[in-house]
Amino acid sequence: MTTKRESVAVTRLIPAVAQSAPDPAARRKPSSNPVERVTAVEMGARQREISVSEFFTKNRHLLGFDNPRKALLTCVKEAVDNALDACEEAGILPDVTVRLEVVPIDGVTAPATQATRFRLTVTDNGPGIVRQQIPRIFAKLLYGSKFHRLRMSRGQQGIGISAAGMYAQLTTGKPVRIISRTGPRAAAHFFEVQIDTKKNEPLVHESKQIDWDQPQGTQVTLEVEGRYQKGRASVDEWLEQTSIANPHARLIYHTPEGETKEYVRAYHEMPPSPREIKPHPYGIEFGMFLKMLQDTKSHTVAGFLASDFCRISPSLADEMCKAAKVTPAMKPRDLKGSAAETLYRTIQHTKIMAPPTNCLSPIGEKAILSGLYKQIKGEFYTAVTRPPAVYRGNPFVIEAGLAYGRRSDEQNKPEKPIAPKAEGEHEEDDVELARVIRYANRVPLLYQQSACATFKAVLGLSWKNYGVAQSRGALPAGPMVIFVHMASVWVPFTSESKEAIADYDEIHKEITLALRECGRRLGLYLRRRERAASEYRRRNIFELYIEEVVEACNRLKGGKVPKEKLKKQLQHIALSRTGGTKTDEVLGKTGGGPEGLPHSIIVTESGVESEVSVASESGPEQASEASETRAGHRDEAAGGGSPSESKSGGSKHLNRGQSPGKPTAKGSRTGLFGGWTDGKDKADQALSWSAKRAAHARRGTTA
Amino acid sequence: MTTKAKKPTPVEKKLVGLADLVIQAAERSKDPTLQIPIRALSNVSFNERKGMIEMGEKKQARSFFNVGMAKKFMQTMLVADALAELQRAELTTSLREIYYRTKHTIKDSHENTFDTQDESDPIIEDLEVSLAALREELHVRAENAGSIVGPVVFGDDGDRVDCSKLGKGGYSVPSIVEPEYLEIRRCTADFVLLVEKGTQWNRLSEDKFWRRYNCILLTGNGQPPRGVRRLARRLHEEWRLPIYVLVDNDPWGYYIYSVVKQGSINLAFESQRMAIPKAKFIGLSSADPERYGLPRNVGIKLNDKDMARAKELMNYQWFKKPAWQAEIKRMLTSGLKYELDALANKDFQYLTKQYLPRKLRERDWLD
Ligand SMILES: Nc1ncnc2c1ncn2[C@@H]1O[C@H](COP(=O)(O)OP(=O)(O)O)[C@@H](O)[C@H]1O
Ligand SMILES: [Mg+2]
Repeated sequence: MTTKRESVAVTRLIPAVAQSAPDPAARRKPSSNPVERVTAVEMGARQREISVSEFFTKNRHLLGFDNPRKALLTCVKEAVDNALDACEEAGILPDVTVRLEVVPIDGVTAPATQATRFRLTVTDNGPGIVRQQIPRIFAKLLYGSKFHRLRMSRGQQGIGISAAGMYAQLTTGKPVRIISRTGPRAAAHFFEVQIDTKKNEPLVHESKQIDWDQPQGTQVTLEVEGRYQKGRASVDEWLEQTSIANPHARLIYHTPEGETKEYVRAYHEMPPSPREIKPHPYGIEFGMFLKMLQDTKSHTVAGFLASDFCRISPSLADEMCKAAKVTPAMKPRDLKGSAAETLYRTIQHTKIMAPPTNCLSPIGEKAILSGLYKQIKGEFYTAVTRPPAVYRGNPFVIEAGLAYGRRSDEQNKPEKPIAPKAEGEHEEDDVELARVIRYANRVPLLYQQSACATFKAVLGLSWKNYGVAQSRGALPAGPMVIFVHMASVWVPFTSESKEAIADYDEIHKEITLALRECGRRLGLYLRRRERAASEYRRRNIFELYIEEVVEACNRLKGGKVPKEKLKKQLQHIALSRTGGTKTDEVLGKTGGGPEGLPHSIIVTESGVESEVSVASESGPEQASEASETRAGHRDEAAGGGSPSESKSGGSKHLNRGQSPGKPTAKGSRTGLFGGWTDGKDKADQALSWSAKRAAHARRGTTA
Repeated sequence: MTTKAKKPTPVEKKLVGLADLVIQAAERSKDPTLQIPIRALSNVSFNERKGMIEMGEKKQARSFFNVGMAKKFMQTMLVADALAELQRAELTTSLREIYYRTKHTIKDSHENTFDTQDESDPIIEDLEVSLAALREELHVRAENAGSIVGPVVFGDDGDRVDCSKLGKGGYSVPSIVEPEYLEIRRCTADFVLLVEKGTQWNRLSEDKFWRRYNCILLTGNGQPPRGVRRLARRLHEEWRLPIYVLVDNDPWGYYIYSVVKQGSINLAFESQRMAIPKAKFIGLSSADPERYGLPRNVGIKLNDKDMARAKELMNYQWFKKPAWQAEIKRMLTSGLKYELDALANKDFQYLTKQYLPRKLRERDWLD
């Protein structure tokens, strides 16, 4: 990682601080009550610089540390985000281990759900961090590599991991411990650092070389106050959702309860590396514009416009200066007040080309499918990546996905033992609502769902058009997970805590278009399934009653009926009257691909139909295969396809259980629809094995 | 079940025939199909000459391999099986017991063979009509819901029952009154008065109306059950007694009378053994309130359903006689219906002492 890291002025980042700094008396409305008046001198005596750490203490909630439960999640999130960002930037398929342990208090280790103090350790196989930088990264707020550029990444403000470190320091007094190694030939360094909260500067407690069993990467350990609880908005949920949107990553999670969950790598290609871009003039606010005028290295206003923004050519810069009656050769630092404002307005009213979009790295339809399939049990999966679009000068891409239904083995599994029903009793059908999982730059958003543009777009869509029930103003009903991802160099959040995406028209429209396409495919699938299922139901009805009729006939005839023969004869008639083998085919019992449903996976009783290879894990023996796949895709990309256009040819059908099951995948699919059974896991293992073989066979023929 | 080899009854043979039908169809890869006569107005006709409703020829196919019918077909077989069991065991049973006997959860499912008795009752009627077997022959009895009092002597299971010596409660009419089960040993009455309501029957019995007018008082507590209708028919046929029907003055009362007289639409095939074409409608007539000076305030306003039902009755062929058209029209024009109980407005014993004596004296009835 070569990008320079530097300190960021606080005022640029936190409006609350910026606003409190100037003399507040000047802005104060004249009060009618003279008794309350305070002189400027008195106030001046109270005005002083606010240290960031002080600011943090008072505004923890802005950074996601409002309560112990959320704080624990935020710490995990900041560390894992950094690990994934660093790996991706360095072109390494991420291997991230998260370990959450209960810290004993006075020698007593509380059960995880009652404990108040935790040790969090996150280890990655990324590029590592050079020794000199370590203290500032982990013990200086607003220090990072990602703020001073417009590039898509998880972290943005250089406030993440150091804020977590600050939280640790404030709640347990323990320093942040770091191990980092930049390569097998470099030494591993161990650090213990804390923040000098007055000066916002690192205090190094310990710094030494150590032996580390890992050739490369970084390990961060924090000791924090927190609460561990499963369920909604939990660490567990966040990691699971992270694994859905990052199927190229392998995550291992040691829970505080002593379990180990492994989220396998289901997709073996690195996401295309996003390029850095300069800001587009439409996306800059006036205050920022003024700041940029001060900071620029250009000597003329025209030069500043042409070099510090994208899509402004020197001639366009001249033109705009003239239109705003600003001398193009004027020094940027001298442009102030109304003249600056006129230029700013002129720029906003000039037609300027949309920003380039190669700075974005969408997940991609195939990767989304792999992620959904890996973690969510369903019958139907689909994914859509929209072409790039722009809001306020910021390019963005919307991606949506759907996982629908219950896996058939789950359907057949009786939830309760069959109890004869009494008169007036019925099977109660509880209404299950769809679940929305939201992402910004591949990071799951777990809070403030109803404020989020993605959620609003889901509610706004008429799901009834696609055969899914929906009551007014509610989520669609059914066993369904709706996935929405926004990738952008600058994701507009509704608040500092980055929990919900702001509902810009352009963004809303793109989300709607993506969801609509997913819905349309789901509708096709449901209709097709319904047709086959009704035939199947007919046959089922007959099969159900044949037994009864045969028994009744036998009793009527005094027990002298050849029962088996009569049953066979009747079953034969039933089969011929319910579409026979044709129904089997539609039901996916015999084969056939998911025609007309691009980028979809359909799971049936006997197998998986898909265009993408699903759920295969890269064990050591598969390493070469994985790189092969990656190379293949590089070629394809070079062929001119944008990520969303690239499609793999053909579809295939995998028969579950046909191939000898070699247990390789340990995918802990906690399943959003319910629990797993042991027998099920075996079937999945067999599946992933056969998927790999099929993928291998295909490559063999095209080579 | 009995082990001794007995000759199967004709009904049992018919029931076993259903199993044969299934076996033969399966043999030929055909869909097993039962032909069930349709039990609806569309499939009955009124035989003017005989004065009764007769069932037409229209039949409905019930096939096993038809999604809409599969369950009913299966249920039909289960009921047939239960009925055959009754035949072999020489037992009689109720509709409700048949329901419980045939109800179970189908193997490997949550589904019951029958969910309510409403599903099994019509199947029994289906079998009655398609096998042309009376319910009594199927050994299925209805509730005992009738009473009789008067100068008649029965033999019931060897017991002598003299209905003139049973106080005001009388004898409870069994649901099966075929000669094998109930013998009419002696009868000296001059006529039978079939009363719709138990309350009015009580009034007449308490007042010993039957002794004074030498008649038999019979009631079915509402729509007379099969046992009551069949007994009236036997008294009429075997002892040549005229039958007079006394009902409330409302469309339901008219209908009760018509069922006694020419049979029901639902089980039209039973008219042969149930209908009494010569039965007379003695009251309450829509002309009575005026003739007997009943005040308007003891009438009840006809509701929409009453009016619709009355108009429907006017369209039945057996109500086409001018006198009947006038009778029903008069009710509709007055907009009121009257209960028999309303006669008490004049005097508690008005029915016994004034109304009926005058009716009989004036021979004021409708045919
Ligand atoms: N695990 C890591 N491996 C390599 N570099 C890291 C790692 N964690 C953090 N960094 C570096 O430290 C910087 C600061 O991180 P952070 O405080 O989380 O801010 P942000 O992620 O918003 O830039 C990052 O920009 C990155 O350059
Ligand atoms: Mg970060």
